[in-house]
Amino acid sequence: MSDLEQPDHAQPDLAHHRPPVMTSGAAFGVSPSQTVGPFLHLALADPAEALVVPVGTAGGFWVRGTVTDGNGDPVADAVVETWQTATGDADVPAGFVGFGRCPTDDEGRWAIHTVKPGPVPAAGRRWAAPHLAVSVFARGLLDRVVTRIYFADEAAATATDPVLAELVEPARRPTLVATATEDGYHFAVRLQGEDETVFFAL
Amino acid sequence: MTTPEPAGLPAGYALPAPGTNAPLASPAYRSTGGRAPSRPLVPLPPGLHELTGPLFGAGRVRPGDDDLTRGPGGEAVGQRIVVAGRVTDADGRPVPDTLIEIWQANASGRYCHERDRWPGALDPNFTGAGRTVTDAEGCYRFLTVKPGAYPWGNHTNAWRPAHIHVSLFGRSFSQRLVTQMYFPDDPLFFQDPILGAIPDPAARQRLVSAYDHGLTEAEWALGFRWDIVLRGPLAVPFEPPGEDGHV
Repeated sequence: MSDLEQPDHAQPDLAHHRPPVMTSGAAFGVSPSQTVGPFLHLALADPAEALVVPVGTAGGFWVRGTVTDGNGDPVADAVVETWQTATGDADVPAGFVGFGRCPTDDEGRWAIHTVKPGPVPAAGRRWAAPHLAVSVFARGLLDRVVTRIYFADEAAATATDPVLAELVEPARRPTLVATATEDGYHFAVRLQGEDETVFFAL
Repeated sequence: MTTPEPAGLPAGYALPAPGTNAPLASPAYRSTGGRAPSRPLVPLPPGLHELTGPLFGAGRVRPGDDDLTRGPGGEAVGQRIVVAGRVTDADGRPVPDTLIEIWQANASGRYCHERDRWPGALDPNFTGAGRTVTDAEGCYRFLTVKPGAYPWGNHTNAWRPAHIHVSLFGRSFSQRLVTQMYFPDDPLFFQDPILGAIPDPAARQRLVSAYDHGLTEAEWALGFRWDIVLRGPLAVPFEPPGEDGHV
């Protein structure tokens, strides 16, 4: 496949996971992470990237959210990225890219237009409830923080989700569940503090 | 639930060695104070979303996106440099066809950004953003100008060492990396709490490029080599054959 034929959208790349050539462990040290800094907009703020699917796609909705710090103040120099499979049935919506990205505005707000994925294969040959994988980068974060967006109207599936229902303490589960709004869902990212969002070690 | 059991997934990616990544709460870098999560991270067995990722190929890059020196009115001011290297995973496998996004200050140390207000000179011919895609061997190359150092408010007389911000996607969500590339022998390293937050000195050094005379182009640009290493897959754990005889 030439570069030009390389599809510019989501596709599993499981073939990459063949056994390592070297069995004695990592041959090369991994490059450390550093903060995205306050000027991330220079490269990571293309408005078109907020659209995982085009506006008008059947089943499309907005996930609108915020990023706040330990004082509850908006974080105006963060960028939120989402990654997901398509809707679970055979019909991938036209224009589906799987990846969404949106920097926060002065009020710490971000928004991504997408569709809900179907059940997602999880570790241990199980199914996870529909969710989005999320990275948050910001000035002051030396590494990204990783979280998930689940959906409030998938209560039956989230109740048996292998991560949400089994690895996250009950009191903190609501921090991972987006609530319904007029045009989709709302999801608050609280980096620190009393209602701190659950972040994962991946 | 009548849905059939999903196929088994790969084991995921090996964690970087301890000391590779800075603790999120690193008090010397003051901005971590109100932003670093205070609760322990919850270990996540990777599912399909964490084991796959956007495979952004050449479709995201236009010709010239890897040359930051050409502005609307002519050449950007500053020392012209080539920054090139190879992206591999921790097992040494090249990471081909992966998008690399960069952004940086200009030669005066000023970002072309409305929130950067220190009195370094702006350059109308330098926006400081570029992108490229690695080739089949994982190699990449940018042409840019050497960024200047700039002051910031973290501590008294604080200056960031010259650096280029770099964003990579790799082949999966788990390999996503945003970091910074530095220049060799920068005298400002000793007081920088961002590079200095990385515990392992050898890991810090991996973010410092090397001057490479082989990359230097005669009568044109100085060359700096910087290789990037993303996380590698965990070895596939042994699974006994299933009832149907398949592994």
